[in-house]
Amino acid sequence: MPGTARKATMAALLAGTVMVVPALGDESAELVIDGEVFVTRTEAPEHMDYISEISSGWLFRSAETQAVQMDDFDNPGMLYVDGGLEEWTNVDGSEGQSCASCHDDAESMAGVRTRMPQVNADGELWAMEDYINNCRTERMGAEAWGWESADMLNMTSMISYQSRGMPVDVQIDGEAAEYWEQGREMYYTRYGQLNLSCANCHEDNYGNMLRADHLSQGHVNGFPVYRLKWAGVGSIHRRLRGCISDTRAETFARGSDELTALELYVASRGAGLSVESPSVRN
Amino acid sequence: MAAAPALADVVAPGDVVFGEYGEVETSLTGVPGDSAAGREAFINRGLGNCLACHENSEMSDQPFHGEVGPMLDGVGDRWSEADLRGIIVNSKNIFPDTIMPAFYENAGFINTREDLIGETILTAQQVEDVVAYLMTLQD
Ligand code: HEC
Ligand code: HEC
Repeated sequence: MPGTARKATMAALLAGTVMVVPALGDESAELVIDGEVFVTRTEAPEHMDYISEISSGWLFRSAETQAVQMDDFDNPGMLYVDGGLEEWTNVDGSEGQSCASCHDDAESMAGVRTRMPQVNADGELWAMEDYINNCRTERMGAEAWGWESADMLNMTSMISYQSRGMPVDVQIDGEAAEYWEQGREMYYTRYGQLNLSCANCHEDNYGNMLRADHLSQGHVNGFPVYRLKWAGVGSIHRRLRGCISDTRAETFARGSDELTALELYVASRGAGLSVESPSVRN
Repeated sequence: MAAAPALADVVAPGDVVFGEYGEVETSLTGVPGDSAAGREAFINRGLGNCLACHENSEMSDQPFHGEVGPMLDGVGDRWSEADLRGIIVNSKNIFPDTIMPAFYENAGFINTREDLIGETILTAQQVEDVVAYLMTLQD
């Protein structure tokens, strides 16, 4: 077991005890998949006040978890990508169309993940899931998929994968500005009986252990992510809901305006990091 | 059998009297804290979960100590019992804006989970138990 003690002081403290130390990954490791080098740390975007360098959640995972993401044959998230590719050409709904009828090859989706969530033609902020369901109901005459359904996770994994390696680049000004402000406000709000904000954990304490969890900066560039804890892929909104309930607060619904605004703000904090979808986390 | 304190003797969350520095001189229950029960509450994820944030050598039998707050070795030497009670009840009086939750407050939170509205994280007696345990952590 690579039980690397995280600090000299901890090592001293641990000497002669049975205390288990979580296996920490190498925070200076390089993420390379199929010869492609990913940006896992870069200068923080200008709008961020307290952090000068941003770093991907991948860097904070154990060496084993890091390795699974580095090999597409081991990465269980790739099965969802395959599922999405199958669905891409599947004719569904009253109009006799598939995604491919309008969009041609799935590769045409390259870049989409980097700019989600995005303001639509009516001035509303939409997540990728909203765009997909809009195509299904308005163009295909098909049923909307549930936010966390297998079909939706397959499709968002596959579409996000088309942007893998490209830098996150969401719009935060112009018509996106009000949503971004709303998300920013939420990020710094201390919710729940534990009275904790996102910033308390992911801005003030990244790199620190919170019991068995190694706190990262809480970026969304890897989503949808395959989580060992979930034994499956999950959406950004699933993760955000989980973090909010951990503060012993009432949480917001998947697809709610609140979570989509928060998603935009959180995505903007990771601007410049490579899209890693589907990433692997514990 | 130790008698449970009559409800009238328990200081309600909103009625706790803080000193100039945020310390709380008077016991919340009048019943001496049980340090063994306090140790349990310190570990228990549904109670204090203090270990999530604090390292504590006395508990090296426990896996996974947090690093968010200071190490608590010798904390019973560094602080008085009244200070420690104040830190557990609501450490924000002593450390403004701290991440550390207030363990004996039941109001002023945003979007609290419905079943927890009006509830404190620890009961008055559990606060006393944790204080008693912390007092055993001497250098
Ligand atoms: C009590 C601590 C805590 C709070 C508060 C918290 N989180 Fe988290 N969060 C965690 C932990 C622990 C993890 C898993 C390890 C990690 O990546 O940090 C996590 C993971 C995440 C991830 C996944 C990162 C990845 O690379 O997979 C995102 C995104 C995230 N948090 C966003 C948020 C947002 C937004 C908020 C506020 C609404 C928030 N968190 C509040 C503890 C917290
Ligand atoms: C979410 C994190 C968190 C939790 C949970 C937490 N603490 Fe703290 N604690 C802190 C931080 C951070 C400080 C340092 C004060 C500051 O500057 O914010 C602190 C300070 C303290 C101090 C003063 C230590 C010193 O050396 O000055 C004591 C005592 C203490 N905590 C006890 C506890 C106990 C007992 C519990 C559980 C009932 C607990 N804490 C739970 C984060 C936490």
